Amino acid sequence: MTFDKDNVKGFIAARVAQELNDGDVVNLGIGLPTMIPSYLPEGVELTMEAENGIIGSIKPDADHPAEPYWSVDAGGQAALAGLGGAYIDSAVSFGLIRGGHIDATVLGTLEVDQEGNLSNWIIPGKRLPGMGGAMDLVVGAKKVIVATEHTAKGKPKILKKCTLPFTAINCVDMIVTEMCVFVITPDGMVMTEYNPAFTLDEIKAATEADYTVADDVKEMVVNF
Amino acid sequence: MGKAKIVTPKEAAALIPEGASIMVGGFMGVGNPHKVIEELHKLGTGNLTLMCNDGSLPIGPGGEVDWGVAKLISSHQVTKMYGTHVGLNPEVGKRMNDGSLDVTLIPQGSFVEMIRAGGAGLGGVLTPTGFGTIIEEAWHVDRVVEIDGKRYLLEKPLRADFALLCGYKVDRMGNVWYKGTQRTFQEMMATAADTVIVEAVNLVEPGDIPPEDVITSRILVDYIASEEA
Repeated sequence: MTFDKDNVKGFIAARVAQELNDGDVVNLGIGLPTMIPSYLPEGVELTMEAENGIIGSIKPDADHPAEPYWSVDAGGQAALAGLGGAYIDSAVSFGLIRGGHIDATVLGTLEVDQEGNLSNWIIPGKRLPGMGGAMDLVVGAKKVIVATEHTAKGKPKILKKCTLPFTAINCVDMIVTEMCVFVITPDGMVMTEYNPAFTLDEIKAATEADYTVADDVKEMVVNF
Repeated sequence: MGKAKIVTPKEAAALIPEGASIMVGGFMGVGNPHKVIEELHKLGTGNLTLMCNDGSLPIGPGGEVDWGVAKLISSHQVTKMYGTHVGLNPEVGKRMNDGSLDVTLIPQGSFVEMIRAGGAGLGGVLTPTGFGTIIEEAWHVDRVVEIDGKRYLLEKPLRADFALLCGYKVDRMGNVWYKGTQRTFQEMMATAADTVIVEAVNLVEPGDIPPEDVITSRILVDYIASEEA
């Protein structure tokens, strides 16, 4: 598909969807990551984990009516354990999360840096929603994908070093934006794909972090 | 511990004195003991320390104003709160900023394990969560511990004077079954408070919950709150 600047979030969600494999157990953060399931390639079925205690979380539908007094997801929206799912308690849920039983978590961010440090839970003195399960998820999930717009109001979000309090250090594996894909390696941050709607210079100008461009860098291909 | 006593939600709420610490089960209002909270709100008991995942919601699923624990926050009965995420109840943020509510935010997985430790006789919990963050400096963290080259925070156990829980089915002996995501922190909180009150959505007969399905055993429950008392 061609890049549509009016659907930046959909583009990012669709690219992240390619990272998830059939059968993966996945925890999606609020906002943009919740769009990912609608972009999954055919044949890819995920098991969604809601950290408040649902394995195999599904949205209510005609066959599974909402029970908002008894069952919600981690964002407080009506959700249910679907066929093959389970309701679990919070200790088991976070045991699964910290214990490496979640294949991937995808979440948005305020800031992320070239060392894979993440800051997405607090703006001191301004916004104090709390970390909820985010600190545990990024420490424990096997793969941590940050799905975010490249900049916030024109200011870079991908930094040399986060300025806000960390959610966790050295936890991010991959960053997907509308401009490019970065992976965090022991040797630094590497651009593995870029969106040909932007030049490499434009991406450089929108990124504060230091990074290298992979020798085999590819164009981002996103199928809707 | 003795046998669980069946009381009305009003009688249950009256057990809680000014200044008490209360653990409240549930997540975003689901699983809060709504009737006991309603009565506690009417009594106006103040200076409470609330230990609950969140501040519930300003509007419940049926349009309820100040659903669940949100009632006790809006009424200023809660002056101190330990939780993990308070973003969905803007009143909490407002009161944090004006200084009338002292909030400690704890990672959710650490919060539940601190409660579990408090009820299970453990001296604390070692978790990698929060390492390298400002959580290291929090009052509930004793120190950073290195084991086999990996670093963990030693989180202290947490207990409360009361646990206010809610089960979908509670038998007359006090055995509890939770429905859906009511479950969350409840079974850990049932072990970590001096007095445990379980509100019964449905009060059922002993044996109606098969032993295999009992989630919280009656041996932990002091009071069952039910209109049928």
